Amino acid sequence: MTLAVFFGCAFIAFGPAFALFVFTIARDPLRVIILIAGAFFWLLSLLLSSLVWFIAIKASNSQDLTLQKGLLIFGVFFSVLLQEVFRFAYYRLLRKATEGLAAISDDDGSAISVRQMAYVAGLGFGIMSGAFSMINILSDSLGPGTVGIFGDSQYYFITAALMTLALTLLHTFWGVVFFEGCEKSQWWVIAAVVSLHLLFAGLSLLNPLYEGSLPPVYFITLTMGIWAFFSSGGSLHSLSALCTRRKAEGESS
Amino acid sequence: MRKMGYLISINCVKLLITALLYTCVCSSSVEQKIYVELNQTVPCVRLLNATHQIGCQSSMSGDTGVLHVLETESDLDWILSSGPHPPYMVILETAFFNRSVMMRMKNSSRVSGVAVIISKTGLAHDFSPHTTCPNQNTGVYSERYGSDLANCNVTVWNPLGNGLSYEDFPFPVFALKDENQTQVIRKCYEDHNQRVNGSAPQYPLCAMQLFSHMHAATDTVTCMRRTDLQNRFGINPEVLCDPLSDFNVWTSSRALNISSKGHAVNESVVIAATRLDGRSFFWEQAPAAEGTVSGIITLLAAVHALYPVTQEAPPPRNIFFTFFQGEAFDYIGSSKMVYDMEKNDFVIDLNNVHSMLEIGQVGLRSGRSLWMHSDPVSRKNDDVNAEVLEMMTRMRSAAAGLNVSVAHPSFTQALPPSSLQRFLRAGLIPGLVLADHQTSFNNRYYESMYDDAENLQVTYPPDLSPDEQLVYETDAAKSLAEVATLVARSLYLQAGGENSSLSNITADPKIVAQLLYSFVIQKNNSWLRSLLPPEVTKKGVNSLLSSGPPQFYIGLGPRVHGPVHSVTRFVQYILANLTGTVTNLTENQCQDPSELSSENKDLFSYFWVSGPVSVNSSSEPLCVRASVRLSEAVSPAFELLEYGSRDYSTWTESRWKSIRARIFLVASRELEMLTLGVGVAVLLLSLLATYFISSKAELLFSSAHDTPTTAY
Repeated sequence: MTLAVFFGCAFIAFGPAFALFVFTIARDPLRVIILIAGAFFWLLSLLLSSLVWFIAIKASNSQDLTLQKGLLIFGVFFSVLLQEVFRFAYYRLLRKATEGLAAISDDDGSAISVRQMAYVAGLGFGIMSGAFSMINILSDSLGPGTVGIFGDSQYYFITAALMTLALTLLHTFWGVVFFEGCEKSQWWVIAAVVSLHLLFAGLSLLNPLYEGSLPPVYFITLTMGIWAFFSSGGSLHSLSALCTRRKAEGESS
Repeated sequence: MRKMGYLISINCVKLLITALLYTCVCSSSVEQKIYVELNQTVPCVRLLNATHQIGCQSSMSGDTGVLHVLETESDLDWILSSGPHPPYMVILETAFFNRSVMMRMKNSSRVSGVAVIISKTGLAHDFSPHTTCPNQNTGVYSERYGSDLANCNVTVWNPLGNGLSYEDFPFPVFALKDENQTQVIRKCYEDHNQRVNGSAPQYPLCAMQLFSHMHAATDTVTCMRRTDLQNRFGINPEVLCDPLSDFNVWTSSRALNISSKGHAVNESVVIAATRLDGRSFFWEQAPAAEGTVSGIITLLAAVHALYPVTQEAPPPRNIFFTFFQGEAFDYIGSSKMVYDMEKNDFVIDLNNVHSMLEIGQVGLRSGRSLWMHSDPVSRKNDDVNAEVLEMMTRMRSAAAGLNVSVAHPSFTQALPPSSLQRFLRAGLIPGLVLADHQTSFNNRYYESMYDDAENLQVTYPPDLSPDEQLVYETDAAKSLAEVATLVARSLYLQAGGENSSLSNITADPKIVAQLLYSFVIQKNNSWLRSLLPPEVTKKGVNSLLSSGPPQFYIGLGPRVHGPVHSVTRFVQYILANLTGTVTNLTENQCQDPSELSSENKDLFSYFWVSGPVSVNSSSEPLCVRASVRLSEAVSPAFELLEYGSRDYSTWTESRWKSIRARIFLVASRELEMLTLGVGVAVLLLSLLATYFISSKAELLFSSAHDTPTTAY
């Protein structure tokens, strides 16, 4: 749909991820490493789950459309479960790494806390997941045409970009919450994260009502955002402290 | 155990690689939701000559436009002035494909391309995109020769011509020949682009994109100069245009030794000629039924009728049958043959030529008489005049007893566009052109896509199988057979043959029927397959024998497209079948009979053909020996490197990378800008928010056991 749509959708989908990267990750090389390793773990999980799906597709009758749709849904849910397994695996890896990092750092503690690692790992998962959701669609948005000649909605590109935005943020929040749950051995937290991820995947399968999946997805994102805020050490007290500090600064200047 | 693990990992790696490769090959599924590729389209391409470029051109990345079907005059106003969504891609109904509509669209900036629906419904009574005076600058008439007859002063040969083929359009023009595809386009238009109660349609709108970017520009001189520069200095030279070229087909009643060039001693030759090619507005579409096929069939049937008699009772003069390729483009084939004769580079030269009989358009006779056209300027010479009058007398006596009559136009008139004109440029040669029209052409669809079987009035009764249609003698076939008999008898008399043998010379209507079926209805039939080499008849993408009638556009010849053009091949092998003898050579001997003493490669050509299909549907290939030859049909301008020549044809065809068409929906500009605006807003907002939060992070995320570090 031309260059305007390409840049618009790219900014919508990757704007927050870019902002987060620039302001919180780019300066610290350790965080960059954890980000990229997280992205790689997500990539591995996608590769394995897509292999399973591919084999299932090849082994089945390609003419039976309901079977193909069923296999796709199965593939999506299997992929979600595998992503969470790999998130857990990454958590274990990072836990092991903290001891080594503590040994080589100058201070008496680790250079990076588990909470920060959780955030960075989640963001890594989110960026890679967003890239895989969006890049193909972005390249098609460069051409002169828009979706719709077969009856689909013409708002496909914008909807896809907004879903990708939500997905990136959700992965970040899930990372924080998940690692916190693992630290405190609160297995119900992990179950909640997995089921919300499954719910998100199920909502994205709601074609052709694709726009209809946006409000619930953003509601989930907001909820997860609040949960992650509280889970990573924030509180209403700190929020009010923020406001009063700013008020005080405003008054004093 | 270890080896098992090793094997398993190898298999996993293989599976991985196949998985990756498979994803690369498939096209994106989102792209499939957006675009509908139109595969059955025919483009109009750019042709160049010494001074001009004609045809159509698109931009490098295709031309896009909102679809609009032009069915009424108000649609034309909508497209050209009042429609709110320019530029438009016009779907032209057949009735509106005429000069006035096309020129108005050419001069408008609101038209980005045209797709013409080719169908018989709504077809005008006449349509000829050729010029009114074909080949007027390369014929024989000029200021120095018959100036009062030049430029169709006395007779306009193609008065219905609108000259569209020779216009230069700045946008792509495609032809839609497939009815199902046209229906898809119409449905998209009706669903999205129709005007409701006179108000403009709403976005998203159906649009079409046409790609036909041509590499050559301006004229042949420029194009050749750029190609030469690239060849000399470029690392990866690209050819921009190619000269139109192919082969002429010739044979003779007495075999001529091709190893001796120049003047042939004691040979006096009567040339019987016709043209092999046609053209239309679109690329490689030229059914040319009345314009070309009528002449080809007549001459082939005449060859078949004459051949046994010329072997039994050979006439004193040799009869030289030739089929000229490229005559539509300023006489490419005939000018090359005359040039070779002048340079002593051909088996005979102009001094060997006694007279010439050319077969023009002879299909639309409708029971009336045929006309013998002659050149009045050369007839001012007494010898030439005497010979021409003799020729006409011989023709009249040959026509006696046949269902055909011949007459000569009573007033001074030029020759119609014909290869004889190129021979007259080189010398005074007595000649006649046989045609079914006295003044202008009877052909209302001259050099257009509609000059097909229907124009030639070839109709078969219903419920005939293809094999039955192949041999069914239609009225058109019978009429052409009579003309062929007349031509054969006149040629025999002209070559000095005896009157007594004349009654043995009759064209076979069955052969004519088979030729007619092969050339205007369906070339993939059992008879033609039996005449062609075995590898040609194999099914495949590059097979010569695709479905439908053959197209007579000259094309670019063996330099670019591989084997010889299909029509040239057909005529060559048909002539071999009609005049050749079967030999018992093996395939290897047939390819190269130089070792055999009984065979003579200088006098004959050897063809390995499939042979007739026997009862148990298998065919035995066999070797046919015939004196049928090909001679190059490239304009002498390209040999002499005179790309701006005024004397010879300088036509070239541009090269291109991709020609395709697709339809899709386009969204409004407002939606696009809204998307961009939202995107920029989201980016700025997230940058601000992140900066704010990260600067206040200590405050926001403080907790007891989390030591703030310096690594923020």
